Amino acid sequence: MADKIQVKNLTKIFGHPSHKLEDLINQGASKNDILKQTGATIGVRKASFNVKNNEIFVIMGLSGSGKSTLIRMLNHLIAPTSGQVYLDGKNITSLSKKELRELRRQKMSMVFQNFALFPNRTILENTAYGLEIQGVAKNKRYQKAKKALQLVGLNNYGNEFPNQLSGGMQQRVGLARALTNDPEILLMDEAFSALDPLNRKEMQDELLDLQESLQKTIVFISHDLNEALRIGDRIMIMKDGEVVQTGTPEEILRNPKNDYVRSFIQGVDRTKVLHAKDVMVKPAIINIEKDGPRIALRRMRDNEISSVYVIDSEHRFKGLVRANDADRLIQNNDNDISKIIEKNVPIVKPNMAIKEIIAKIPKFPVPVAVVDKDQKLIGIIINSSVLEALSGNEGEK
Amino acid sequence: MNILSLQPIPVAKWINAFVNWLTQFTGFFNAITNFLGGIINGFQWIFDALPIWLFIILILLITYLALRKNKHWGLMTFELIGLLFIWNQGYWRDMTQTLTLVLTSSLIIVIIGVPLGIWMAKSKVVTVILKPLLDFMQTMPAFVYLIPAVALFGIGMVPGVIASIIFALPPVVRMTNLGIKQVPSDLVEAADAFGSTAWQKLIKVELPLAKSTLMSGINQGMMLTLSMVVIASMIGAMGLGSEVYFAVGRNDAGSGFAAGLAIVILAIILDRITQSLNQNRQ
Repeated sequence: MADKIQVKNLTKIFGHPSHKLEDLINQGASKNDILKQTGATIGVRKASFNVKNNEIFVIMGLSGSGKSTLIRMLNHLIAPTSGQVYLDGKNITSLSKKELRELRRQKMSMVFQNFALFPNRTILENTAYGLEIQGVAKNKRYQKAKKALQLVGLNNYGNEFPNQLSGGMQQRVGLARALTNDPEILLMDEAFSALDPLNRKEMQDELLDLQESLQKTIVFISHDLNEALRIGDRIMIMKDGEVVQTGTPEEILRNPKNDYVRSFIQGVDRTKVLHAKDVMVKPAIINIEKDGPRIALRRMRDNEISSVYVIDSEHRFKGLVRANDADRLIQNNDNDISKIIEKNVPIVKPNMAIKEIIAKIPKFPVPVAVVDKDQKLIGIIINSSVLEALSGNEGEK
Repeated sequence: MNILSLQPIPVAKWINAFVNWLTQFTGFFNAITNFLGGIINGFQWIFDALPIWLFIILILLITYLALRKNKHWGLMTFELIGLLFIWNQGYWRDMTQTLTLVLTSSLIIVIIGVPLGIWMAKSKVVTVILKPLLDFMQTMPAFVYLIPAVALFGIGMVPGVIASIIFALPPVVRMTNLGIKQVPSDLVEAADAFGSTAWQKLIKVELPLAKSTLMSGINQGMMLTLSMVVIASMIGAMGLGSEVYFAVGRNDAGSGFAAGLAIVILAIILDRITQSLNQNRQ
């Protein structure tokens, strides 16, 4: 996966620049010391990271950690003091006003913590705002806005005003408004933080569902580690304007870099946080259209297992073949492997939490197949990998 | 040391010199006089051309349309009775002259005040410059403006309009400024984040959201111009104000009150109509 956004040494200082300030920063003085001695506040200090194409990248930190400043420097709502942001390899820190406007119109949309819907506009007019300012004709922009509202399940609310909707619905509109432009990147600033826990979970699920079909690059700000672990493909933890650790949820749970991260992850219920995709392993597979029982047997022998997974040329999951069945087929001199495929195999979605998996399949004789929405087999879950993941950082030695 | 023994600072002299200096730009001031005179004559021509009954019906119709769904029968009854009263008292032409003065001044303060207010909201420098100026304009006794106004614009309606504008401009500027600044910052941010130009942000987000504050500024400004009509009558601005002024000269409390009552009626009508314009949508 290519990097969509690259951030290099991005720094934001609120306050007047001075030599003393520069010296202190170079010496690596703490945020508090700098504030005391110069009156300047460090928003973000030399943050460097990459966001991959089509991933959900969560920037996690407590208030004051600089995460909101950081996300605003990505679309230049806040001008960085130094450092660069590259989008598809192109430096966007030094764009002209007009280029910047085009960037915001075409490439990046933002979703706000307190929704930031325009109270004087209907839901439909709100949703179509991004296209309206681009001069898109009314019919066309409303058509697209309606489509976006449909994606978030609000197609019947177009004529209402924002204050007539609940918080969760308002944020759906916020999301629809951001999607109407069909941007490549979604910037979500604490998008679900203002919602109650039930609504928040629902929105998280919806975002994950949407992401499966839309495949955007999403930068998501959160102060809630559970949320970060739940939706993030990768997480970056920030403290006092600095990046502390970047990694997948699993990496962070297994190898917290320091005490700060460790204290964060202490209370986390791993069975809720880890998903199928975090603990799955690569399966041994055969192709139903090409491979026969002999290949199946060889695969099993190579991997020292007693069954293999069967897929077609499009990588769609077909079922399971067991060693004794394959053996019998060979003895009968039959090459048609479809006769012995076992279809009754437990399957789960990649973003299903381990807790649910365990509840759903109390005793599985074979590994569980992880299948995405296109029926493609992307991995399997075996007992040992689940146990290993759950044992977490106690296991790191 | 006695401060009186010092030479007095010749403030009055300086200002006189300044006003005298200004009078050399007769061309410029004549142009303003002609421009305002044109607007005034235009309004007055329309009001004179309208039959009184049609005028009353028009006012009622405007009220009806402006108030929309709200209860408006009470106000419309008041308007009908009030306007008939003014007609009955023989103040109809005076009333239209006063209305002309108010509408002309209000038009100008909106044209000047709203952009100034927006500019003030956008620029710290402008705020720093305008704030004391606005305070000055508003607190300086309105009478004082009459003197240079006469020197520069002669007597009649035009200097009255000028003095009204100076006196009534500050609330429009201030309230516009306030309205724009009160727009929640995340909405401004959202407008920016979707790539609005400064103009689009102003037209589509800031002004609509500042509208009710802005409208109350305009309403206040209009009421202030109305409060100037008696003062302006001292320099020859005709209308209900001059009726009051003459009544003072004749020591005629009765006509003074009658004309004053007509001003009150006009004020209430103007106030309610402009206020109701504020209550559209939501």
